[in-house]
Amino acid sequence: MFRSASAAFRNAEPPASGSVAVEVSRWNRAASVFSGASVLVVAALAAVPFVIGGPAEQPLITLLTFVAMASLWNLLAGFSGLTSFGQNAFIGVGAYALYLVAVHGVNPFAGIVLAAVAAAVVSLPVSAVVLRLSGGYFAVATLVVAAVFQIVATLSPSVGGTTGVSVPGLASYSDVLREALTYWATLIVAVASVAGVYLLVRRTFGLDARAVGSDPVAAASSGVRVGGIRLLAFVAAAGGTGAVGALIALQTLYVEPTSVFSIQYSVDMLFMVLIGGMATIEGPIVGALVLFLLQETLSAYGAWYLVIVGGLAVVATLIASRGVWGFLSERLGWSLLPVGYRVRGRAPVPPPSPDT
Amino acid sequence: MSWVNAVIQGMLLGGQYALIACGLSLAFGVMRIVNLAHGDLAVCGAYLGLVLSSVLGVPVWVTLPLLLPAAFVVGMGLQAALFGRALRHGVLAPVLVTFGLSIMIENLLQVAATSDPRGLNGGALTLASFHITGGITVSWLFLTAFLTACAVLSCLQLLLSRSSWGRKVRATADDLDTARLVGIRVRPVFATVAGIAVATAALAGVFIGTIGTFDPQAGANTLIFAFEAVVIGGIGSLWGTLAGGVALGITQVVVGEVNQAYAVLAVHLLFLAVLTVRPGGLFTSHQSAAQVRGLGGVGGVRGQGVPG
Repeated sequence: MFRSASAAFRNAEPPASGSVAVEVSRWNRAASVFSGASVLVVAALAAVPFVIGGPAEQPLITLLTFVAMASLWNLLAGFSGLTSFGQNAFIGVGAYALYLVAVHGVNPFAGIVLAAVAAAVVSLPVSAVVLRLSGGYFAVATLVVAAVFQIVATLSPSVGGTTGVSVPGLASYSDVLREALTYWATLIVAVASVAGVYLLVRRTFGLDARAVGSDPVAAASSGVRVGGIRLLAFVAAAGGTGAVGALIALQTLYVEPTSVFSIQYSVDMLFMVLIGGMATIEGPIVGALVLFLLQETLSAYGAWYLVIVGGLAVVATLIASRGVWGFLSERLGWSLLPVGYRVRGRAPVPPPSPDT
Repeated sequence: MSWVNAVIQGMLLGGQYALIACGLSLAFGVMRIVNLAHGDLAVCGAYLGLVLSSVLGVPVWVTLPLLLPAAFVVGMGLQAALFGRALRHGVLAPVLVTFGLSIMIENLLQVAATSDPRGLNGGALTLASFHITGGITVSWLFLTAFLTACAVLSCLQLLLSRSSWGRKVRATADDLDTARLVGIRVRPVFATVAGIAVATAALAGVFIGTIGTFDPQAGANTLIFAFEAVVIGGIGSLWGTLAGGVALGITQVVVGEVNQAYAVLAVHLLFLAVLTVRPGGLFTSHQSAAQVRGLGGVGGVRGQGVPG
């Protein structure tokens, strides 16, 4: 067995002594403050249904759904180099899975977990086909997979064919309770996505995935198990995206092939991650805020809104390839949820190096 | 006899797929760029044909001498402004940039032309057909599209294998750095390749618009079909692309003969089956399989991945 190169790096002791003493650290004061603040924000968000109620819930549900989708797509594309434009396939699978378990008497809110499991299970055979490919080929193959799923749903009378089905099992809830429960479920999924991705990429997996994303051949030759890393990223992102799909079904109360398999979900994911900053934890959250604000202010302009979204994605890739967050953290030296390590000399302190 | 008919019609339909796909295949073969806006550029070609033919009041074929050079210039411009830059930003950037471009094109067309489906004025050719034995009818338009695809592919193949431009293109495709070392100016090579890719896409768009209808969102499906033709045929092989397109067309029409609802699904499943069993395509060598999987038979470090 090869020991993975990144594992070797991770376990490396700082050089004991020598001409320059260096300090290798990950956590910092800003990160502590930010983590504390995040806990408070999440607690405040959890209290929203009690304090403000309905009017604040709907926009926050949209925003939290964006945060979850962006974080999960970032795990795929940002960290692992898998630019899937077919994640809408798993939104759809999650939504239909929620319908199917609800029909069989499972509580729809408990069904979210089963929908996530279903999407992860479905992603296994899909990965066997698409993970053989890379780059643009992978991207288009995922588009085809999403198209296949949509056609299969359209051709299945048991899930309503082209007309779709409404989600059962919610009649016993009052509207206020149902909306509040949907809101809390969305909050849980969003927090779990961000925290899950963060905890995952802090482990050896994070370094391995970034090695695979930037140069798979070099990563493989350093002993990184490229196939396993890509599989884990793909299945984890699919499962999370399935949970998001189940939430979307709960919000709209209706599952219909053209809307749940809409490529718009993939476009949104791409946009948020590119604008916010790939391969950081904070970036997708920033991107979700940007998309949310754009949508709130510009969606009345219809197609022009999407022209702007597409244009900003192009500009972000070519000019600001590290996104808004990358720009800020570079200028200000911020790292609120660090996933890399910092190396500082102790003697004459050099400027802090960016995250590895 | 209806099966023979289905195969013939499918083959002719496959010609259209091959015509869209050859630009995609060429751009990937030379520049390693999968242009996700290729289908949308074809749809743009159809709209440009619509504008020109209604302004000039002539069938769309007459506008081709204006339309194709315009598309060629657009392709060169896109290469200079976007694709070339994207290639310098690593392997993910071209995918992201062309996807962003695709969203922009679709929605700009939506703004400019609304989502009403349109058709092109193909003149007398549109409805003309002739009979072969046994009730098999062949549309002149479909036949023209198929023969145009064959002609375009033959010209490209000849240019690539015989001309000095073709030698430069092949050298660049084989090894960018070595090509530079021996004095090939890569930028004009890439620009002309991108120009040809967009011009062939526009030509294909004109056929799509004459044979059926098109709307601003038609590009995504066009891209998927073209891409499937490229992969089934095998990357970098122009004749393979034609064979891939014909395989798709025949599958679509023959399955459609049984049940129209399953026709497109069958095409997608054929594509996924080929990917699973022979990722390099049905009609090619080992090297191109390595390219799809990203082992980068070409250019070493420019490879995009390793097998999973």
